[in-house]
Amino acid sequence: MSTPDAAVAPEGAAEQPTAPSPLDADALQRALDAALAAVADATDLTSLKAARIEHAGDRSPLALANRAIGALDPADKKTAGRLLGPLRARLNQAIAARQVELEAERDERVLVTEAVDVTLPVRRTPDGARHPLETLQERIADFFVGLGWEIADGPEVETEWFNFDALNFGPDHPARQMQDTFYVAGGPVGAETEPTNLVLRTHTSPVQAHSLLARGVPLYVACPGKVFRTDALDATHTPVFHQVEGLAVDKGLTMANLLGTLDAFARAMFGPDARTRLRPSYFPFTEPSAEMDLWFPQKRGGPGWIEWGGCGMVNPNVLRATGVDPDVYSGFAFGMGVERTLMLRHGIADMHDMVEGDVRFSTQFGMGI
Amino acid sequence: MPNIVIDWLGDHVELPADLTAEQLAADLVRVGLEEEEIHGAAVTGPLVVGRVLGLVPEPQKNGKTINWCQVDVGVHNTTDDAGEPTVARGIVCGAHNFGEGDLVVVALPGAVLPGPFAIASRKTYGHVSDGMICSAKELGLGEDHDGIIVLPRLGHAEADLTPGQDAVALLGLGDEVLEINVTPDRGYAFSYRGVAREYAHSTGARFTDRGLPEALSAPLPAATPDGFPVEVDDAAPGDGTPGCDRFVTRVVRGVDAAAPSPAWLQRRLTGAGMRPISLAVDVTNYVMLDLGQPLHAYDLDQVAAPIVVRRARPGERLVTLDDVERALDPQDLLITDSPDGQVGPGSRVLGIAGVMGGASSEVGPSTRDVLVEAAHFDAVSVARTARHHKLSSEAAKRFERGVDPRLPAVAAQRVVDLLVELGGGTADPAVSDLDRTVPPGPVHFRAAEAERLVGVAYTPEQVRGALEAIGCDVAEDAQTGVLVVTPPSWRPDLTGSAELVEEVARLEGYDAIPSVLPAAPGGRGLTHEQAVRRSVARALAEDGFVETLSYPFVGEADLDVLRLGADDARRRALRLRNPLAADRPLLRTDLLSTLLDTARRNVGRGLGDVALFEVGLVTHPRVGAPSAPSLPPGVRPSDEALAALAAATPEQPRHVAGVLVGRRERAGWWGEGRAADWSDALDAALLVARRAGVDVRVVADPDRAPWHPGRCARLELEDATVVGHAGELHPKVVEDLGLPARASAFEVDLTALVAATDGAPLTATPVSAFPAAKEDLAFVVPDAVPAAALQAAVVDGAGELLEEIALFDVFAGDQVGEGRKSLAFSLRLRAPDRTLTADDVVRVREGAVAAARDQVGAELRA
Repeated sequence: MSTPDAAVAPEGAAEQPTAPSPLDADALQRALDAALAAVADATDLTSLKAARIEHAGDRSPLALANRAIGALDPADKKTAGRLLGPLRARLNQAIAARQVELEAERDERVLVTEAVDVTLPVRRTPDGARHPLETLQERIADFFVGLGWEIADGPEVETEWFNFDALNFGPDHPARQMQDTFYVAGGPVGAETEPTNLVLRTHTSPVQAHSLLARGVPLYVACPGKVFRTDALDATHTPVFHQVEGLAVDKGLTMANLLGTLDAFARAMFGPDARTRLRPSYFPFTEPSAEMDLWFPQKRGGPGWIEWGGCGMVNPNVLRATGVDPDVYSGFAFGMGVERTLMLRHGIADMHDMVEGDVRFSTQFGMGI
Repeated sequence: MPNIVIDWLGDHVELPADLTAEQLAADLVRVGLEEEEIHGAAVTGPLVVGRVLGLVPEPQKNGKTINWCQVDVGVHNTTDDAGEPTVARGIVCGAHNFGEGDLVVVALPGAVLPGPFAIASRKTYGHVSDGMICSAKELGLGEDHDGIIVLPRLGHAEADLTPGQDAVALLGLGDEVLEINVTPDRGYAFSYRGVAREYAHSTGARFTDRGLPEALSAPLPAATPDGFPVEVDDAAPGDGTPGCDRFVTRVVRGVDAAAPSPAWLQRRLTGAGMRPISLAVDVTNYVMLDLGQPLHAYDLDQVAAPIVVRRARPGERLVTLDDVERALDPQDLLITDSPDGQVGPGSRVLGIAGVMGGASSEVGPSTRDVLVEAAHFDAVSVARTARHHKLSSEAAKRFERGVDPRLPAVAAQRVVDLLVELGGGTADPAVSDLDRTVPPGPVHFRAAEAERLVGVAYTPEQVRGALEAIGCDVAEDAQTGVLVVTPPSWRPDLTGSAELVEEVARLEGYDAIPSVLPAAPGGRGLTHEQAVRRSVARALAEDGFVETLSYPFVGEADLDVLRLGADDARRRALRLRNPLAADRPLLRTDLLSTLLDTARRNVGRGLGDVALFEVGLVTHPRVGAPSAPSLPPGVRPSDEALAALAAATPEQPRHVAGVLVGRRERAGWWGEGRAADWSDALDAALLVARRAGVDVRVVADPDRAPWHPGRCARLELEDATVVGHAGELHPKVVEDLGLPARASAFEVDLTALVAATDGAPLTATPVSAFPAAKEDLAFVVPDAVPAAALQAAVVDGAGELLEEIALFDVFAGDQVGEGRKSLAFSLRLRAPDRTLTADDVVRVREGAVAAARDQVGAELRA
């Protein structure tokens, strides 16, 4: 709380105040009333200061009366002191209280004048964003890590052995031709010397063989990543896309465990009502094999089954190719398109938006999905 | 993929009368035959039989002659005054292969033909043409556009035809046809025989196997000594399996081979997606579709005995039935004959075995005697040849998936029967049957294996029943209880236990499998690299960068735009043999070469202020890398072989790159905003390094494309390993890319950064609670002295009491003199164990000043 300046009467005050007698109770009361009225009438700190000087300053009636006590005889001194003391205390109290009130009012007024338009735009740096395909892959990885699985990575330029042979696609296997493979030419910058036997991986499945060879069994891994097929870009195809591969090899794993994993994954991606079903199919690296359908409540035209990916029990030849005894261990594997999953989850109709790199696409997803 | 005409399927298996294509699809998908498409009716609206009552040729000015026809279309005729349909319709027709009295097919106004092509009345050549007389091509029945269809010539009996009768059903144009997708292991399902068996598995309907000899009306004739001579000469097949292990021939004499097939056969072929050609060809196609056995019909007069099945000789050529002359490959298995007799057996090439015949021996209009071939060829050999010639014929599709080697004799008999019945021929008693087929070996199968892999407790009866249902012969080893399962001849895919398990699971239904989440033993979470990758991407996005993805394909021109020098290592890129775009055959060696294109696309779409980043793999070929070894499937490679695979795989580090164009901070009520510049790019690159937990040194790099030579920073590890670059792009690069001026970029090797950390836990330094002392120091140095060098000297000289240092002012001007600059640092000093004294501060100050002077020639500014 601020301390008032020493009260000094203004130079050449127009009127000399008359001091009431310190023993004249009525006169003192009148002086007090006048003082209290002046304090109450003060509307700002300046007028309060003026009132204080006039009524409580050195030359105010009550101060002069107080000073006059000194000249009284001892008996009157006591009477006058008792008379005047409370009056002066009341006045000082009133001034202090009014001071607090007026200071608060002044502070209030400052805040009002400092008001701003809070609806103005405030972001100086534009927001960044993650690509939803990347955040979806992270979300998928988180789901599998939560199950106690690990996340494996593998090369995108892959040897034919890992991409095909290790997965039981022999050189003349018809399915090897179905994969629309990008082949790497011989020579470091393309001079056709001898075949490199390298391809752009057509699926994330080669990571199965890498993981089995590198980590051994039991093995529970998921591998999200980029894959390549020679499809021209259109609304539903892109030559570069993403898959997530799952592989579990352990003693006693069955297709029931495959289905259980897929159901849990579907619920994590599409909500508690999601579930999956299996249909017989064929892949060289699984036996039995299945196509996996997803029950999709938000399907256009009403809830229904839609294709989500392929899966099956790991073919014994894949286990043998990685040194695992298929009579002791069994395993399941599955793979699905991340783009397709994203399109289903978020109602994306056209592949172009996901691959063109237009910032407006990523920005609407922000930091996560 | 095969089309299923429903009534044809009914020849093999009992079908409900009201079976729709949709229901059939639902039934088949349960056992693994997936719907590709349901083809709806090819023609809708009025398509009727008409009789040509009058035909007036009218020559036109353009030299053409049109026919003004009056056609009786029965109830569809124009009404007379009494309201009766008695007035024939007038139709203009440009074809001339018909005349008065002929029965033709008329599309009336309102009909929609394939195309789609809607028919309406229209004025043409001075008449109102009230419909169209149709050709086979116009109805989608074939490529033959020589003329319009005259129904009796198509094989329809005149007595069965009435003007006005619906021709949609007559020609099978209203049928719904189910196209299914057959997986590569199910070659037998490339036939009505196989699909019907699967339908029976799915529904329990009664199935008759018409591929077995018992299904024929008469017993199969045995080979006779006078059968057409056939030799197989294939001593050293490429894949180790003889190319041909079965070759049946039959002869039918006196056939009108070139006659049109009957309407029902044409209808079925059309529905199945094949074009009717002539009786002999149609019958072989029909039996192939029906049973799955590819067949070939030769003009017997054009084939000289013996037929020799052999590999191609160097330089041999053949014009195949599709009129393409092909250079044959020594791996190609051929059907040849011997016009030079035994002097040169097999001197003339008739066709490529199992893939496509040649033009010379084709049945033609003059053919009277037909030689029927029904053979079995090795799947691998056919697959290689079909691939080599890019020739995927109906025959090749079946052979490469596996054809039943027991079928040829049955299929040939069916062809003979049909040629006799429909073509007026006589079956020749001469039969040849070269049969070197080996029966499939048994698979030893523990019935419990099905439960072990599927998780359903099948009973032994269920297991056995399913295997028998698919045609296996199942015996039980009395001592071990192991099942000895001999697969049927049409299932060459059943080679092991797992395949048999699938059959059991499939027939018992995949919907019987419960859903049980397995408990994994517990993992270690994300790897350090994976965690860093996330942290980096998240940090950049939080810092205002938008993540994008780009295709990794680049061309030389893209690298030229980046001004990469001729010997820049980034030009050493892997090249695709079959790129999607011929001008982008290379795999990117850095991210910027494709990310800049993404930036350009955004700018082109009117997005002027853009900060982008991408995280992805780049490919760095190893110099002199060997070819990856070719290794067999199903065998674990040796450690040496695995090492060779690794050595052949190019380095694929993960990079992070970013581009900034336009403003980094927006313009707004607060002011003009701030243009992105080199420092933002460098800031982002250093952010990446910090998130990776790696200290990097920043060094000016005047020689790094595509950056501005005076505004490019190189990021180095302590051991001088280069881990990235950042700064403003070269103005010419910016101009050539059409980006706004001062565009800036960075690229960092995240893999190298992660490799530079050992991942060991940090040992924490205790935080001192003693008071700090602050000290500001301003130095003057020559312009050429980098700020980082001066700061390093100050840090070095200040010693251990220095807690933090910040460069807070950079100033150049008259006060400091030409060619010099002033750099001011604020230092925060603190001791871990005591309050600093005035002497401490003086010592730090003197040390810093001395080091700055000694190391970079800095003068303390007064």
